[in-house]
Amino acid sequence: MRRVVTVIVVTIGGIVLLASFHTSPGVATRPVARGRSALQPPAGGTPPTSGTGSGAGRPSPPATNPGTSPAPNGTGRPPTTAPPTTVSASRTVVGPVVSNRYGDVQVEVVVRDGQLQDVESLELPSDRQRSQYINSIAGPELRQEALQARSANIDVISGATYTSQSYAQSLQSALDQAGL
Amino acid sequence: MSRNTADRATRRVEPMWGTMISLLVLDPVDPAVIDDVFGWFRRVDDLFSTWRADSEISRIGRGDLTVARASPEMREVLARCEQMKHATCGAFDIAVGASAEIEPRPGLAPLDPSGLVKGWALERAVDRLAHGGVSHLALNAGGDVVVRGGAGDDRPWRIGLQHPWRHDRVADVVCVTSGAVATSGRAERGDHVIDPRSRRPAHGLMSATVVGSDLAIADALATAAVAVGSIAAPWLTGRSDTQALAITDSGAVVTTSGFDEYRST
Repeated sequence: MRRVVTVIVVTIGGIVLLASFHTSPGVATRPVARGRSALQPPAGGTPPTSGTGSGAGRPSPPATNPGTSPAPNGTGRPPTTAPPTTVSASRTVVGPVVSNRYGDVQVEVVVRDGQLQDVESLELPSDRQRSQYINSIAGPELRQEALQARSANIDVISGATYTSQSYAQSLQSALDQAGL
Repeated sequence: MSRNTADRATRRVEPMWGTMISLLVLDPVDPAVIDDVFGWFRRVDDLFSTWRADSEISRIGRGDLTVARASPEMREVLARCEQMKHATCGAFDIAVGASAEIEPRPGLAPLDPSGLVKGWALERAVDRLAHGGVSHLALNAGGDVVVRGGAGDDRPWRIGLQHPWRHDRVADVVCVTSGAVATSGRAERGDHVIDPRSRRPAHGLMSATVVGSDLAIADALATAAVAVGSIAAPWLTGRSDTQALAITDSGAVVTTSGFDEYRST
């Protein structure tokens, strides 16, 4: 029996959030939302109901009619409904498109009984071709995973070549200074 | 590195090749050995800097000097670049700048072996250090790393892979006792890598890291992967002597299947 799946919209961003997701299994693509630091409610406060965005062009911002009819949905996902009033314990929470200087990011999380079950990136049109390409190559020879932001006990840093000026802000510079 | 090890360590950091070179030696070492190594780095700059009109590589690029009359080091490096061009099915191509469809700019040279020279020069430097009695060292030139002998106390060197968007974080950590870690990418210097197929700036990968036993090879492979925007090519996935990790423009991490062997447990 298919559970009623409620889709609400929140603003999701931040490496902190995604870093906490990495125990969820079976995730193929998990781009990192950058530029925000924490889970935040959307502007305006009330979670609007929305579909996941579909069709050509960039998904539009979430609809602003909370608790009413389902939003257009062309992706084959279950239709959206009003906020949960039943025993449904599984919720799919879809974040809006978060744009920043590094591109657009949108993620969907499935929550059941208050526990995070799964995370999935919603492929944005501009991203779709690349994601398909990555998925097509991520066969037995390659693996794909989420980008993490770690602060670990390290001796040396490998990275894209920094200039002698930008070295001053680099982690390698901090290591060199700490050791002197 | 333990406290006792740190007390004996010698560290030297110098601007070189437009970037910074950091050398950490854990063994007692004659300062003359360190001086010799940094002298070698300056000779490499004299020969291979594409930013200097008087370097050998610039003279060859202008047609003022033939390869046959160039230094033994130049002939060796150009031969190895040619090997890596074949080994990467043309993805590593030091002559791509000559026909790149971008605006001419400083540093864009008709002949640019930079994607291999740094790794090659560091391997040669390690040979000199070994000859001087050094067996525990970490040498880092602008993000390309050679380590030898572990970090003391039977511990491998822990090498952080720079997070492409957060300067204060690493995306991963690899553990290597003796070996090479090369990272090429667009995070620091923008679109300086040219895709030899389109002859335009590369896209697809923010960075590619190759771990292996020889930094010249790892350096060239990382450069080639960024140039074509992928680590999926058989010339990379089919190698048994290297493993690779790439961070895509969209923030996903892709690794070759054996990369985990370098990860800390």
